[in-house]
Amino acid sequence: MSSEKEFLQGVADSEYEYGFVTEIDADTAPRGLSEDTVRLIASKRNEPDWMVEWRLKAFRHWASLAEQKAYPRWAHLKYPDIDFQNISYYSAPNRKPKYNSLDEVDPEVLNTFERLGISLTEQKRLMGVAVDVVMDSVSVATTFKEELAKHGIIFCSFGEAIENHPELVQKYIGSVVPYTDNFYASLNSAVFSDGSFCYIPPGVRCPMELSTYFRINEAGTGQFERTLIIADKGSYVSYLEGCTAPMRDENQLHAAVVEIVAHEDAEVKYSTIQNWYPGNVRGEGGIYNFVTKRGICDGDRSKISWTQLETGSAITWKYPSVILKGNDSVGEFYSVAFTKARQQADTGTKMIHLGRNTSSTIISKGISAGESNNSYRGLVRISSKAENARNFSQCDSLLLGDRCGAHTFPYIEVNNSSGQVEHEATTSKVGEDQIFYCNQRGIGEAEAIKLIVNGFCKEILAELPMEFAVEAQKLLAIELEGSVG
Amino acid sequence: MSNAEMLEIKNLTAGIEDNEILKGINLSIGAGEVHAIMGPNGSGKSTLASVLAGREDFEVTGGEVSFKGHDLLEMEVEERAREGLFLAFQYPVELPGVSMANFLKEAVNSVRSHRGQDALSAVEFIKLMKERAALVDLNPDLKKRAVNEGFSGGEKKRNEIFQLAMLEPSLAILDETDSGLDIDALRIVADGVNRLRSENRSFLVITHYQRLLNYIVPDFVHVLLNGRIVKSGGKDLALKLEEHGYDWIKEELDIAEPA
Ligand SMILES: Nc1ncnc2c1ncn2[C@@H]1O[C@H](COP(=O)(O)OP(=O)(O)O)[C@@H](O)[C@H]1O
Ligand SMILES: [Mg+2]
Repeated sequence: MSSEKEFLQGVADSEYEYGFVTEIDADTAPRGLSEDTVRLIASKRNEPDWMVEWRLKAFRHWASLAEQKAYPRWAHLKYPDIDFQNISYYSAPNRKPKYNSLDEVDPEVLNTFERLGISLTEQKRLMGVAVDVVMDSVSVATTFKEELAKHGIIFCSFGEAIENHPELVQKYIGSVVPYTDNFYASLNSAVFSDGSFCYIPPGVRCPMELSTYFRINEAGTGQFERTLIIADKGSYVSYLEGCTAPMRDENQLHAAVVEIVAHEDAEVKYSTIQNWYPGNVRGEGGIYNFVTKRGICDGDRSKISWTQLETGSAITWKYPSVILKGNDSVGEFYSVAFTKARQQADTGTKMIHLGRNTSSTIISKGISAGESNNSYRGLVRISSKAENARNFSQCDSLLLGDRCGAHTFPYIEVNNSSGQVEHEATTSKVGEDQIFYCNQRGIGEAEAIKLIVNGFCKEILAELPMEFAVEAQKLLAIELEGSVG
Repeated sequence: MSNAEMLEIKNLTAGIEDNEILKGINLSIGAGEVHAIMGPNGSGKSTLASVLAGREDFEVTGGEVSFKGHDLLEMEVEERAREGLFLAFQYPVELPGVSMANFLKEAVNSVRSHRGQDALSAVEFIKLMKERAALVDLNPDLKKRAVNEGFSGGEKKRNEIFQLAMLEPSLAILDETDSGLDIDALRIVADGVNRLRSENRSFLVITHYQRLLNYIVPDFVHVLLNGRIVKSGGKDLALKLEEHGYDWIKEELDIAEPA
């Protein structure tokens, strides 16, 4: 079917819609990384000694790993070694602001959000979503703080949390992802610039979805956010993270860390739309997205759900995981990863069952187009003390065209005979039969492929909060549309 | 024969790779007429239906087909559909996760837009679905179900006729819609089809058995053997085939049994 081929080619080649650069003055650290860089970052941010010390410990650990070139190599990814001395580790928008209202924010910044379709004002008014905007590392706008404060909820930039809630930060930072966890987590711990902090007090159900939009802006700037979410006993929060990045020629490194702690009976739902710049058709440029996301169900009957739509980045390396420590705790991972052109994604999850009657669900949908490679990598570990643990995993891959690849790497370790682990995997191609059937009903190629892809990811999109689901569907449609008119 | 031509096939030959399957088909169908094509397995019935619908697996090597005055063979699959050609598939295709409602909304609205009609509103659409599903006794809950996924054999066939009713085509080709149906389901499907008969809508009913033609009474019956229409007649021809099989025709024609 030649027109189908053309369409798929269009999908594979479609240019990044959000590639533009916001022109604002920035205060950028010189390239390179040493103890001095770490101290510079901390001092720019007026951080207390304990924070500086923690960063330096992380840096020393990272430096020893870097010396041994101990980068994670096991993922099914191909990319050149990164020159870590050729990256700038700090960039803050100039005219460092303390805004009382959005009117004071640099109009260029607001413009950027307009163009992304994330008008803050709109969002504030219509959706009741509090948006903590991280633009090149420093938060420039935080809204709805007062409403949240009424419930005792803390939602602020990481910097503010260090300043105003040091006891919470000290207690929890690195408690889920220690700075020794992996190469990129160590790097992040040494140089993290900003990010979000969220604390929900006991028994409080957060009245709105908490949302952060991250953007990488300065050329050649690494982005190292850190997010820490703590849900105290019996609390609930739904957290949304959305990312887009402007077009660049060089590869940019993004190494974020997200830590979640859920205490007894608490529930955290974390949703991500990741749409960083994937590079051009030839695989030049694009974001290297090496992220460590992990949550711990610390208390009994707690629950953590990760839902993600991954469409961007040249390379994605990401395994949002849950440590099921509390008895009867629940972990969930719902993922759609879409790759096209030369994109590579290696994503999945780890479910570590420690407590009794713990259960986890993994549903992963990979869609590959063009010459991209899309891998699911997942670990389910049932420890010897985890009586009656259950896991259900389902990994489906959909291929658009015949030059792309889909791979599934499930790792299952069961150390308790009462454990039940179920794993299902399928790989399918959008069949000519399916396209023909749609065409025969008057539906054109492009619409047919959209229908089929949407059908394929339906159960994941259904897990996203409403507005986010709509956005996700739009994004998928844009990604699929390509150059087909 | 009616003077208003719906479909005119002249000396159509088609095949796959070097294998010629249709070896010169001639057939004209007038507006509002119901034609039946009967023939043993492998005689080329589904191939004919696929070629008319525009399936690219088959190469048309010769002949002409005009549909409502257009050169059918020049049209894309979806153009043929929008122009009013509908194929009820012998083996309906599953679309996992694609709800019937989304699928049909897309289909109905592309056909409507081609006809210069506005898209249906959500309310009108749901109402139409309910009404047309009732024609073939399908549960209206079906709108939430994925297209053909987990449908029983009989449901799949009824679903094809339901879609026919939704899309209101000028020419509907039914490829063995009766196969795999028990007598009750057969009656339901046939009743549905009969209610959709009109002076502007023609049917080409492909079947293996005469049984269906007791319910959907055709104006003409054609016998397809080894890629050719070898005999045409009225509805009585079907009865004769039921009673005597195809051998007498083969003998009459002195055609060798297809390999
Ligand atoms: N996709 C195909 N590839 C190769 N041969 C085919 C294909 N489809 C049909 N044929 C052959 O064409 C002939 C007619 O098939 P078909 O049209 O399905 O017959 P019918 O519907 O009358 O049973 C058969 O010999 C069959 O094997
Ligand atoms: Mg057949």
